[in-house]
Amino acid sequence: MILKFAPLLFANLRRHLLRTAFTLGSIIVAFLMFGLLQAMKGSFDAGATIAGQDRLLTLHKVSIVQPLPKSYWDQIRRVDGVAFVSPVTWFGGTYQDERNQIPVFPVDGATYLDIYPEIVLPPGVRERWLADRRGALVGRAMANRFGFKPGQTIPLKSSIWRRGTGSSTWEVNISGIFDVQENKGDTMGIIMHHDYFSESLARGKGLVGWYVVKVRDPAKAARVARSIDELFANSPYETTTSTEKALAQSFANQIGNVGKILTGVIAAVFFTMLLVTANTMAQSVRERTSELALLKTLGFTGAGVTALVLAEALMLTLLGGIVGMALAYFAVDAFGTTARQYLPIFYISLPAALVAVLLMIGLGIAAGLLPARRAMRLRIVEALRGT
Amino acid sequence: MPESVVVIRDLVKEFHRGPEVIRVLDGLSLDIAAGDFVALMGPSGSGKSTLLNLIGALDRPTSGSIRVEGLELPNLTDGALAHWRAGHVGFIFQMYNLLPVLTAERNVELPLLLSKLPAAERRRRARAALKLVGLADRAQHRPGQLSGGQEQRVGIARAVVTDPTLLLCDEPTGDLDRKSADEVLDLLATLNARGKTVIMVTHDPRAAERARHTLHLDKGQLLEALQ
Repeated sequence: MILKFAPLLFANLRRHLLRTAFTLGSIIVAFLMFGLLQAMKGSFDAGATIAGQDRLLTLHKVSIVQPLPKSYWDQIRRVDGVAFVSPVTWFGGTYQDERNQIPVFPVDGATYLDIYPEIVLPPGVRERWLADRRGALVGRAMANRFGFKPGQTIPLKSSIWRRGTGSSTWEVNISGIFDVQENKGDTMGIIMHHDYFSESLARGKGLVGWYVVKVRDPAKAARVARSIDELFANSPYETTTSTEKALAQSFANQIGNVGKILTGVIAAVFFTMLLVTANTMAQSVRERTSELALLKTLGFTGAGVTALVLAEALMLTLLGGIVGMALAYFAVDAFGTTARQYLPIFYISLPAALVAVLLMIGLGIAAGLLPARRAMRLRIVEALRGT
Repeated sequence: MPESVVVIRDLVKEFHRGPEVIRVLDGLSLDIAAGDFVALMGPSGSGKSTLLNLIGALDRPTSGSIRVEGLELPNLTDGALAHWRAGHVGFIFQMYNLLPVLTAERNVELPLLLSKLPAAERRRRARAALKLVGLADRAQHRPGQLSGGQEQRVGIARAVVTDPTLLLCDEPTGDLDRKSADEVLDLLATLNARGKTVIMVTHDPRAAERARHTLHLDKGQLLEALQ
């Protein structure tokens, strides 16, 4: 039904090609920005979504970058309600080139795999890794990025730690490639044995980054966390323990403030877009007053003319919006590999795409509403006399 | 005696300009027979275009009755009037009023977009109408690529494409040279001969000569009635 009016709608958009092109360009940029921001926001939010509630993180009370003594490991293990504990340290790794930043975590192999059962290993790999002090497990995405193969020995350079020899490179043997159960995390990292990492350290030998703790009963997680912190109260290394989910959420919330600022910028961009598109439509309708009057003369009803103007505005925003979102998809795809070094889950989700479509429709209706109202109220005789 | 297609009684149309009330039509009564060709003449401001607009249901009277093809137009809603116009009236304007972004064929097809005809049939009828006005070979030209006379012929094709009973022409030759004007008038005469009722507002006595009847308006009344 509406298709028969398509040539008329397209012809109107072609009327002032340059004006239409500028308006379309603005809408495209707005939706490109929206798509990229949504990909980033989704990445920040993902941590809290995939984090476990039965896992606690024990950090230095001051900040996550302050280390904790390795001696805490045994003490935490003895706390009532604790199932497994593993130390984890941020290695700050690069591979071959300073630009190739890779997340590397020295951990206690056996307990770490018990704490994170979502890590999926091929048969025999767990045993092979635990048997090799220099062994490392490489995430599937990481392996694909650099072409790592099991059995290969690779040098991992730390930007934070130095060995007693003065070198900052640890050579590890790839024991195997790990996957993660669907939607339970990313595979853009490497885990290695903490003992191998710390034994040759020049400084900080008895220190670890933080502890990850698995509790026996998630319902008692808060009590266990309190017990751990009480254990180290008034010591030089006071701790703060919270569930992994709460920590991820608080991290997301901090980023969320940045997200809010960016959302504000996007809202401003969209508001400007609304003004630009509405102005284009208003100008276009004003210029065509006599033509709209003619359509009414020929038998188009007020509602019919209104629908035509709204359809024209919608066509403009849908066209620009779809192109903008398509470009955003391409950009996420093209720059995804680089972005995923820092934001492991970096993609435009289906809900974000649906929000974009709703925005396109909303923007089109809002931009076309006033001009459409003007067209509907047009008095034929007066408008024809204006020619 | 042919039946009257337009029956007007005591028609009054007033416009308001600030506090001032201007009575453009002042109790006018008129009958136009089916198949007639009537020229409406009169000085500027005499109310002839207003009368044409009221007959074509483009405007509403202040009071009085306009019955066209048995239908009392002031009683209809705006939507009903729009549907009625689409099926029963063809309008021809002095400035042609074609959409510059569409080809001649698409312009002629415009009124058919409101019908349920399939695209191929709409296209066929638009081409037939263009052929009728002698512009079949200009179907893909835009108005800017046509002469004034050709544009007006496209306007006539658009007016007749829905096969209306009534053709309302507001100064159809007012913007044309003599030769083009004669071609347009020939076309209107042909359409009238084929059964269309033509009502034409004009200042041009030569155009009025082509009509079967000429009615003169002055100060919102028919001179014939005054006499």
